[in-house]
Amino acid sequence: MTSVAPDPLPVLARKDFVSDQEVRWCPGCGDYSILAQTQKLMPELGIPRENIVFISGIGCNSRLPYYMNTYGFHSIHGRAPTIATGLKLARPDLSIWVITGDGDGLSIGGNHLLHIIRRNVDVVIVLFNNRIYGLTKGQYSPTSEQGKITKTSPLGAIDYPINALSFALGAGATFVARSLDIDVHHLIATLERAAHHKGTSFVEVYQNCNVFNDGAFIEFADKAVRPDRTISLEQGKPIIFGKEQNRGIRLNGTTPEIVELGNGVDESDLLVHDESRPDRTVASILTRMEYPEYPVPMGVFRAVERPTYNELLEGQIEEARSREGEGDLEALFAQGDTWVVD
Amino acid sequence: MTTKDEDEIQELDRVTIRFAGDSGDGMQLAGLQFTNTSALFGNDVSTMPDYPAEIRAPTGSLPGVSAFQVSFSSYEIYTPGDEPDVLVAMNPAALKTNLPDLAKGGTLVVNADEFNETNLRKAAYEDNPLEGDQLAAYRVIKVPITSMNARALKDSGLSPQQIDRSRNSFALGIMFWLYERPMEPTLHWFEEKFAKNPAVAKANATTLKAGYNFGETAELFPDHYRVRKANLPPGRYRNITGNQATALGFLTASRLAKRPLLYASYPITPASDILEELAKFKRFGVKTFQAEDELAAIGAAIGAAFGGALGLTGTSGPGLALKSEAIGLAVMTELPIVIIDVQRAGPSTGMPTKNEQGDLLQAMFGRNGESPVAIVAPATPGDCFNMAIEAIRIATRHMVPTIFLSDGYLGSGSEPWIIPSLDDLESFEVTSPTDAETFEPYARDKETLVRPWAVPGTPGLEHRIGGLEKSDTTGLISYDPENHMRMVAYRQQKVERIADDIPELTVLGKPEGALLVLGWGSTYGAIISAVQRAQSSGLSVSAAHLRYLNPFPRNLGDVLARFDKVLIPELNLGQLRMLIRARFLVDAIGLNRVTGRPLKIREVEEQIYKLVQQKAVSVA
Repeated sequence: MTSVAPDPLPVLARKDFVSDQEVRWCPGCGDYSILAQTQKLMPELGIPRENIVFISGIGCNSRLPYYMNTYGFHSIHGRAPTIATGLKLARPDLSIWVITGDGDGLSIGGNHLLHIIRRNVDVVIVLFNNRIYGLTKGQYSPTSEQGKITKTSPLGAIDYPINALSFALGAGATFVARSLDIDVHHLIATLERAAHHKGTSFVEVYQNCNVFNDGAFIEFADKAVRPDRTISLEQGKPIIFGKEQNRGIRLNGTTPEIVELGNGVDESDLLVHDESRPDRTVASILTRMEYPEYPVPMGVFRAVERPTYNELLEGQIEEARSREGEGDLEALFAQGDTWVVD
Repeated sequence: MTTKDEDEIQELDRVTIRFAGDSGDGMQLAGLQFTNTSALFGNDVSTMPDYPAEIRAPTGSLPGVSAFQVSFSSYEIYTPGDEPDVLVAMNPAALKTNLPDLAKGGTLVVNADEFNETNLRKAAYEDNPLEGDQLAAYRVIKVPITSMNARALKDSGLSPQQIDRSRNSFALGIMFWLYERPMEPTLHWFEEKFAKNPAVAKANATTLKAGYNFGETAELFPDHYRVRKANLPPGRYRNITGNQATALGFLTASRLAKRPLLYASYPITPASDILEELAKFKRFGVKTFQAEDELAAIGAAIGAAFGGALGLTGTSGPGLALKSEAIGLAVMTELPIVIIDVQRAGPSTGMPTKNEQGDLLQAMFGRNGESPVAIVAPATPGDCFNMAIEAIRIATRHMVPTIFLSDGYLGSGSEPWIIPSLDDLESFEVTSPTDAETFEPYARDKETLVRPWAVPGTPGLEHRIGGLEKSDTTGLISYDPENHMRMVAYRQQKVERIADDIPELTVLGKPEGALLVLGWGSTYGAIISAVQRAQSSGLSVSAAHLRYLNPFPRNLGDVLARFDKVLIPELNLGQLRMLIRARFLVDAIGLNRVTGRPLKIREVEEQIYKLVQQKAVSVA
């Protein structure tokens, strides 16, 4: 037999992942940037287009699958993780992306988000957090700050907000990261890390809704103040931030402290970021750092390996087959006591 | 050992026994052993467990009573019997809750040892019913089961509690003697069941024989009985419950459709057995997923179907309500999923372990918008196998969510089942498109109006679907008024056209006459038995049973038109009747029972006589 060289994989570009649908988000919406970085990332992953599926729930963010020239499923409110789970169990060969938002993922679909993360189903989840309900035109969301005045909270929201990353860590997430819509290099790098992680990758993206919650993150995300008011987490390095790179985070027990470098404080006093810690405590402390008390950490908080749900399920099937042999349906029909009537 | 004379044996055609005791007394086990023994012996059998919703209500209390009814016969039977001829009551609470069902003149076997002050109080008896004449209408046989069992096992080395746990075997032994049953199958079963605990196996065997010998020697019973083998259709049989048959049916459907099966479910009474069964079938490649809730279960089924697998979910009424929105998504995306609903008494939590057919209209209409689905309903425990295959065949061929309406009585009831051969089952492979040049996600087959089942992984067929209205053919989002009108009509007509792909309704009896008794689901046995009896008395009555509820068989209108009257017995307030009246303008009469119990043959029979005789009077 002559050996035949396989056809080379076609080289894809961003345009191959752009669908023919007109994008209908409001001009200036942070979603455009997330879409662009996602489309840009796809060719880098080397996965055939037909093996990629985007699944969403309901909300502005959840229109994203329509704009991706891959397989897509725009489902119902909060349920994207369930559809993604069923698809991944049936088709472990596919690369599955769940697109959700603060309302879709943390309010109506909170339970499903909890359980897909807990099971470590091998999918990427991107949660667009704009701290508002945009599609329904401006009601407060579960991540809106307390006191927020919206149409449904004219005297200020009295709900305490939920922290998406603390939630994910609490559920046992094996990959937890945060990025920012306008920080495009950071965003694509974060999404790429998420894509390569085996297991549930949970990425929160701070996304500006310029119509109903404009400037929700501007106090720390604006380019001018970002170096002083955010932290770029880097694996294996002490946590240092500031335009001058002169401040850092030190742990005092379980409480993080902002310290100035110098005057007897040096890098060895600082918390060294290690996303691979088996224990979730330190990552959890980092997720609790919120502006204005602290600079807001961005990047990968946690990345650990653990068998995925879909692998474990396949493993049980293989094990059952190696132990008991392939199932014999007719033998199964006749299981137990049988008798013959002539 | 003495042998009683043959002339002391009475021949009977059919006997119904109910074993009743505390939920820890092993009544289900005793009943199942009696059933299997009778089936192996060659009788026709039909069973109905009746257990409390509480896992372990206080010992001896009324809510803690668990019962198992088995009917066995020398002819074909379709129900576990309207009422028991024999009641085995292991304590006062079991007597109190089950006595109202015992046929007058019936035999009552009581464990006399348990009728002490404490137990009588727990059962709210003021006086001991074994004394006085409260039970004068029955033949009462008092047996000190607890003490005789203890005596039989005094050298067993088991603790007093372990010994007491074998009382069911003593009672079973008495019943085996009374109805001439062989003990070997049960003795063999003890050895297997308690293989790891030989002392317990031996104790149960000892006390089973002790009970048998007691029946033979004690002369408490004037005679014992013989129920000859039934004349059943030839074949190899096993006993099967509806939920077991459901699990096997879907497993088989996956083989026939050549598509892998994912069963996603959240545990709920009385549907949990199906998840437990399918979870054992890993070697067949079945994937089971115990979801976090009902919404997740159906979401996973939809995801699997999108991926080209068979997406199956199962629940009971409250869970079906929770799945409504997602069923609508499957209607809109036209994906083949199957939803099992093992109905139970509602509304709300209702009576989880009791039976009802209350979900038909929920299955038909319980969604927002015009949201048609296909609906099938098995008629007997064994029929769950056939209809499971039909549900998958319809769902995949017609790209439509299909609801499989079983109920608790079918699910936990059992009957002998002819073991099928795979060669006799027709495969129904549905292909997925691969040609990117001609593919359109919502292009429809001209005959069936079915859209293609394009699956991820197929190059060039990348497309997006979702819950928003689709544009005809392209599947893109559309708010166009005329397009919406057309798509609503397509979805409706697509379901209606399934009628061309299902069998016509058959009529049991003459194709025309004074009365048609029309049923669906688990009332089959009671209806058929009642109609057969009425027919043998010369009444002009026929029966027809719907196993396809949406769409109806195409000849249903013709069948209805050939009868003067139509009676529809249902375990609800008239849900099928409402559909029949609306669809065919037939003034159907209802027989509606919502007691949590299965329909009785007698209830149907009485109604038949009333309706047919009314006619005779009006004609005169």
